[in-house]
Amino acid sequence: MPGLEDLYREIILDHYKSPRNRGSLEPPAVRAEGHNPLCGDEIEVFITVEDDKVSDIKISGQGCSISQSSASMMSAAIKGKPIADVRALISRFKHMMSIEEGEVPDTSAPLGDLEALQGVVKFPVRIKCAILSWNTLAEALDIAGE
Amino acid sequence: MSYDVQKVRDDFPVLAEVINGKPLVYLDSANSSQKPVAVINAMADFMSHEYSPTNRSAYHMAAHATDLYEGARTKVAKFINAPHAHEVVFTKNATESLNLVARAWGSANLNKGDVVLLTHMEHHANIVPWQMMAAERGFSIRWVPLTSDGLLDLSDLDTLLTGAKAFSFTAMSNVLGTINPVGELVAAAHKHGAIAIVDGCQSVPHMPTDVQAWDADFLAFSSHKMVGPTGIGMLWGREALLDAMPPFLGGGNMIADVKLEGFTCAELPAKYEAGTQPIIEAIGLGAAVDYLTGIGMQNIRQHEIEITQYALDSLTHRFGDDIVIHGSRDVSVRGATLSFAYKDVHPHDVSQVLDQTNVCVRAGHHCAKPLMRLLGSNATVRASLYLYNTNQEVDALCDALSAAGDFFTL
Ligand SMILES: Cc1ncc(COP(=O)(O)O)c(C=O)c1O
Repeated sequence: MPGLEDLYREIILDHYKSPRNRGSLEPPAVRAEGHNPLCGDEIEVFITVEDDKVSDIKISGQGCSISQSSASMMSAAIKGKPIADVRALISRFKHMMSIEEGEVPDTSAPLGDLEALQGVVKFPVRIKCAILSWNTLAEALDIAGE
Repeated sequence: MSYDVQKVRDDFPVLAEVINGKPLVYLDSANSSQKPVAVINAMADFMSHEYSPTNRSAYHMAAHATDLYEGARTKVAKFINAPHAHEVVFTKNATESLNLVARAWGSANLNKGDVVLLTHMEHHANIVPWQMMAAERGFSIRWVPLTSDGLLDLSDLDTLLTGAKAFSFTAMSNVLGTINPVGELVAAAHKHGAIAIVDGCQSVPHMPTDVQAWDADFLAFSSHKMVGPTGIGMLWGREALLDAMPPFLGGGNMIADVKLEGFTCAELPAKYEAGTQPIIEAIGLGAAVDYLTGIGMQNIRQHEIEITQYALDSLTHRFGDDIVIHGSRDVSVRGATLSFAYKDVHPHDVSQVLDQTNVCVRAGHHCAKPLMRLLGSNATVRASLYLYNTNQEVDALCDALSAAGDFFTL
């Protein structure tokens, strides 16, 4: 059985204890909301899109250490990035969580803190927690693109 | 004779499982209970030696299978003190039983302007079917609120029941453990001309049930929470009500005759049992009822009162203000289901750490989101105890909680 340290890496606990980019943004920023129907976790993702870039992102909501740290790391990783890169990162993250089939995304760029979430794959029930903010971000991007 | 929990444990093979060198500590029986060897064998024996469909065939094995299937119904009827066995309808689970009542009784009785009364502590299974019907038929839903210690607040019950046609409520909360005063609630409903529908999912497995003493109109419950198999649930209803309602699902077995112009319904209980029934499961359920009856429902209740007191005392003593246990502290009005918040550790993380020592608890909203919102959180940890749990297992829960606290101290 994988141990707790496989799941709760130092950096994950750090993001959980001091989450980055907490808060909300006022319109015209876009807001999307995600629920984990299994455990009731809720998350809100706010993004501002300017010049095909996610110029700002804020996250609010409640959840476990995995969902909260994943959201925090995500926000830090994508802030200021071009939309195309953000979409690619979403795809790569889902791939890492082994829930996206098909073509293996380009994995040459370093993942940084996000690497720490790799261990979640060994705890299948927690994959949903890790992925919640990413799905919500994808939805926010869809809304922003409308 | 005193209650011998060790002897009870010996009847449940899974409780002897050792995982990664540590014993299984199963504290999730409010979700679904473990199964005794008597149930396992009854189902296996039937499949190994006697399996046959029921009713539709003349050969002697079919007649025997029919006897066993109907025998299970008779056992269930006796278990809840129903006046007649044919008032017990087999369904897939309690959720289907509640949908049956909401749809079949509701479509014949509920219209625009009518009211159905529910409570803030209901499981989604006793909320959503009514909301679905309300959207179709235009009646409204009212809610009995809760007191600060997790009991039903009955101070305005008469007002809430005024004009109500049905009052549907749980006999015991699957989150707070609160045991509701069923007889009193039924009497109040009847005083206002409403029928009383009892969700017995959490109460029937844990204490004696007497639908006649309650004077209830319907009772829904599930086999898998009362040491029986999954795949079968029950609805008991008063004969006159079941006779008057339209059928729920249509198909084979539930008809008296079918012509091109239409059909006529079979008599009770077949009227509500469309299609091939869960025969194997019914036989397992019958064995579960025999098993529980053999131990004695009052003895099970007494054991749970004692272990609940021990759990409340242990958790409070060891964790003090670090733990918030929802619901009443009074074991005379609560069952052995304990929902709590522990420090600032998210329930999902608590249960993850507990899993390291095979302590199985549920973390989440427990299919009672309206209640969770009232509690001001979107999840709790829930430890639920049953006839086979021991004080040592409560200690194991406490030890595992300490470990979770150490790991996550912010
Ligand atoms: C109070 C209550 N009602 C209804 C249900 C639904 O039971 P089932 O899932 O067996 O249909 C449950 C089970 O979780 C419950 O606890």
